[in-house]
Amino acid sequence: MTKHPEFPRIRTVGLSGLLVSFGAAMSEPANRAALAFRAAVDAKGWDEVAETSTSLVSTFLRVDLAAVPTQDMIDSLTALLATRDWYDAALPSGRKLWSVPTLYGTDLAPQLEEAAQAAGVDADTAITDLSQARVRVLTIGFAPGQPYMGELPDHWNIPRQQGLTKSVPQGALVVAIRQLIIFTNASPTGWRHVGQTAFKTFRPESETPFALSPGDELSFPAIDRAELDHIRKHDDSGNGGATWEDIA
Amino acid sequence: MSRTLTILTAGPGVSVQDMGRPGYLSQGLTQGGAADPVALHEGAALLGQSAMLAAIEMPGMGGTFEASADTRIALTGARMSAKIDDDPVVWNASHLLPAGARLTIGGAQTGAYGYLHVGGGFDTPVLLGARASHLSAGIGSVLEAGTSLPIGADNGGATGNVLTPVDRFGGGAVRIVPSMQTDEFTPETQNRFEATEFRRDARGNRMGVRMDQPGDGFFAADTLSIVSEVIVPGDIQITGDGAPFVLMCECQTTGGYPRIGTVIPCDLPRIAQAQAGTALRFAFVTPEEAAQITARARTEIKTLAGQVRPLVRNPRDIRDLLSYQLVGGVVSAMADPFATLTEEPTP
Repeated sequence: MTKHPEFPRIRTVGLSGLLVSFGAAMSEPANRAALAFRAAVDAKGWDEVAETSTSLVSTFLRVDLAAVPTQDMIDSLTALLATRDWYDAALPSGRKLWSVPTLYGTDLAPQLEEAAQAAGVDADTAITDLSQARVRVLTIGFAPGQPYMGELPDHWNIPRQQGLTKSVPQGALVVAIRQLIIFTNASPTGWRHVGQTAFKTFRPESETPFALSPGDELSFPAIDRAELDHIRKHDDSGNGGATWEDIA
Repeated sequence: MSRTLTILTAGPGVSVQDMGRPGYLSQGLTQGGAADPVALHEGAALLGQSAMLAAIEMPGMGGTFEASADTRIALTGARMSAKIDDDPVVWNASHLLPAGARLTIGGAQTGAYGYLHVGGGFDTPVLLGARASHLSAGIGSVLEAGTSLPIGADNGGATGNVLTPVDRFGGGAVRIVPSMQTDEFTPETQNRFEATEFRRDARGNRMGVRMDQPGDGFFAADTLSIVSEVIVPGDIQITGDGAPFVLMCECQTTGGYPRIGTVIPCDLPRIAQAQAGTALRFAFVTPEEAAQITARARTEIKTLAGQVRPLVRNPRDIRDLLSYQLVGGVVSAMADPFATLTEEPTP
């Protein structure tokens, strides 16, 4: 339990809404607290709240603060926060465990060596670490359906790069600060590109456009280039060879 | 057979836009929609219809278009040269585009995003609640030559109306409120930020706009270890090199770079409409002042429909007088030179 006297903390986000943060850095209890608090806000059905979302350790409420008195919202949130210990909340139900085949390194994921070095291991150990880790979707964000997953062992607490990589492709597996991301679309990033998947996190034409939900768990078993090419050639579901089962 | 508008040529990045898709933040999808939503309100006012209808957004450069049937159109946003067949037409105005006539829209003269509206709006497929292409999310796509867009049922109304656009072109002062990490920047850095004249970098799009300036970058106390947090359009993110990056309608939903402030929503079109090289300054206002400014801006939007007035063909409104056939003397400008005598009206 990593409570801190400053948290939970309520802040305004421009005129766009309010943010309730449960920690200054990623922690598992704060992540669960943010998910549970969002569910509680949704259950309240407040008219002023246009929508809600979570980031790693915070719950966001989109509220038009040009029209709604900010202090009234802060009072309502303070009262709701006082109703329980949010750090003690359970994970959401209906979660899945995904297994997503991943090609590590090669010219398709050129920063494996660099990331391994930052983590203080050799490339083979890095592949073992990353392919055997079981991580949880901490939040969906940045791009549609894009998961931030964690947490990796402590030696993977590597910083983001100072400069941005111009573009990593769709399905890129990138790493920083003990977390992994599968990129939804080609995008610039400060995270290091260590693996390549054929998994589509966002399928706008599908009945289930967003493949993952916060709380889902994933692993990234290693495959070789031939297997990735085979998957890319034959998969049109968007799963990129991934399989899943219910866990809760 | 429903009406269509066919794109004969299109500049890069031309796309269908509306007010976007609110409600998907938790899934990582930002609202998107028109880079300059004020233009959608102006188009709606000119055509007497809902601002929720979809229009064509044209970044920097228009295209050539042809309608399958007589169609009411309006032109708003960045002022672009425009003509129907060989006749120049006025921007910020509504016109009748006759069936088969060619509408040619050129480069932006003032501003960055021009808009082409049609009576009834574009009736393209709705995906996740909207017709807008969200290019960074991979929803929809830019429009290419040969595409025919279906047009919705037009409730009809006048054309030949004009509107004075809401002031937002040519850069200038942009008002901001403090953001979550403003306190991470020293008061000196905040002051220098307000005192700096920025130029909109050429690297700008619907996701964000980079701001250039010759001096040192703007650095927060702890730039690289801020936890990834929600982002909203207007947030001014300071990336690793110290350059401000104003997040726009198609921005990401979360980010880990510190934000020095947030542009208030009604000033965001001023950033969107700044051409590369245009000078901009940022000035902090309190949240209370920002709420008042926003309320005034919303009132201005609501009064747009009442400000629409008939287009008087004042020569000063016409950029290129020489391309008009200025007829005088005994020949009426309205007469059809090929009309036969039998078709002349009886006196």
